[in-house]
Amino acid sequence: MSGSVLFDAPGPRSKRLYAAVGVASIVALFLALWFVIDRFNEKGQLTAAKWKPFLTGEIWTAYLLPGLAGTLTAAAISVVLAMIVGVLLGVGRLSAAVWIRWPCSVIVEFFRAVPVLLMMLFTFALYAHYEVFPPEQYALAAVVTALTLYNGAVVAELVRSGVFSLPKGQREAALAIGLTGGKTMRLVLLPQAITAMLPAIVGQLVVILKDTALGYIITYEELLRKAEQIGNFKVNLLPALIVVGAIFVIVNYLLGLLANRVETMMRRRGRSAGGPLTADPIDQTGGAGLTGVTTGADDTSDTGS
Amino acid sequence: MDVISEFFSEYDGLAAFRTTIYLTLLSAVLALLIGTVVAVMRVSPVRVLQLIGTAYVNIVRNTPLTLVIVFCNLGLFLQLGVSLANKDSNTFINDNNFRLAVLGLSVYHASFVAEAIRSGVNTVPLGQAEAARAIGLPFLKTLRYVVLPQAFRGAITPLGNVLIALTKNSTVASVIGVTEASAVMKVMIENRPDVLFVVFGIFAIGFVILTLPVGMLFTSMSKRLAVKR
Repeated sequence: MSGSVLFDAPGPRSKRLYAAVGVASIVALFLALWFVIDRFNEKGQLTAAKWKPFLTGEIWTAYLLPGLAGTLTAAAISVVLAMIVGVLLGVGRLSAAVWIRWPCSVIVEFFRAVPVLLMMLFTFALYAHYEVFPPEQYALAAVVTALTLYNGAVVAELVRSGVFSLPKGQREAALAIGLTGGKTMRLVLLPQAITAMLPAIVGQLVVILKDTALGYIITYEELLRKAEQIGNFKVNLLPALIVVGAIFVIVNYLLGLLANRVETMMRRRGRSAGGPLTADPIDQTGGAGLTGVTTGADDTSDTGS
Repeated sequence: MDVISEFFSEYDGLAAFRTTIYLTLLSAVLALLIGTVVAVMRVSPVRVLQLIGTAYVNIVRNTPLTLVIVFCNLGLFLQLGVSLANKDSNTFINDNNFRLAVLGLSVYHASFVAEAIRSGVNTVPLGQAEAARAIGLPFLKTLRYVVLPQAFRGAITPLGNVLIALTKNSTVASVIGVTEASAVMKVMIENRPDVLFVVFGIFAIGFVILTLPVGMLFTSMSKRLAVKR
């Protein structure tokens, strides 16, 4: 906690002041909550009829669980594909051959700069126009494609910064025992870089999971779409949105905890020569790309949408 | 290429990108304000404020932006009757949707701004805060005169990342009917599916043009404004 250096250990006067501020903010918080609840009540959002459906099995088996399954399916396929695309692009960007490095760099920078939603709308129209998939799969395919391309580009940057974070000696030692450039990458650098990346990858999962909600816009059957359907069915849109929001927050919060666990575990084990890359999107320091700013699991992108 | 001239004349693509820029700038200012307040709460000596700040960041950061924006329209406006524009104005629906989108975007990105500033606070050396306390500055003055000015300069890179993300995320505003770039692209694609690659290319390049200079500006700023230590 950086806060501790910002103030002295409180004396009697400061203690009273802090207590007063604390009480005042609790009061303010309750006033705000009361205002919100009053507003809900006034608009008839607190009636049992609006909230009771969530206690019945029907809403869960017919709407929420299928919605969650849709969200998780899209996220799971995307993360696997994004890993593959990301490692290929990341290694491509580190290649010694200009004709591999250059296109990979352009692809990575392009997909990092274009909004995920734009790609989703485009791929959705593309699949529908050229009938690439069976019609009922267009939305899922578009969500997965867009998320794969964007997150693949992000993972590529993670791979690159992971390799850069390794001590120089790793590469030199590998070359010294006679490994070729490709083997050095495949057998020595990449395994360590991927291990170091693991927390950041788990952190990226949160971004992917949140971004699947963009599928709502192209009619993909995920949690948010299901919330709307519940709202139409039971006339309780607001409670439905709140419940779905809570599900997102809980799942993502648990994933965030997992990312931290993985990070501490790896720091303790210390198998990689480089330190683990942080899972915190903001603290991430990566290679400077075309956009120049450091990259990382910034879902902020998106995000993080 | 007739599509390109259609982009400028028939669909007024430039106006769409202007809306994107307005959305981004307004939300950026608001998000910076909210985010700074939340960051200060998180490093403050009052436990309750710390908890409120942490709860805000953890809840908002883990909610999808699409849900936040949809909630602003369907929840705040339609269900709870919160409107942010003059009801008698004949541009009421557009104004209200735009402002609700700004609200959603700023509330969402404020959590990332708060994290960026907190990481900036971490770059300030211990001695700075200790010196400020030693000359008798209380908490708020320590922050205002010593720590925050340095923290902002240390947080330029992550703040730039948030701004770039915000530019891209402003496309989500189309879900509640704000006619920004992605909404116009959707209409163009629906009308001209035969040239959808060109249409996508135009809008993608538009976003590259918007985000690229911002990235370069923030990189040069982070070097120029770095605190010499």
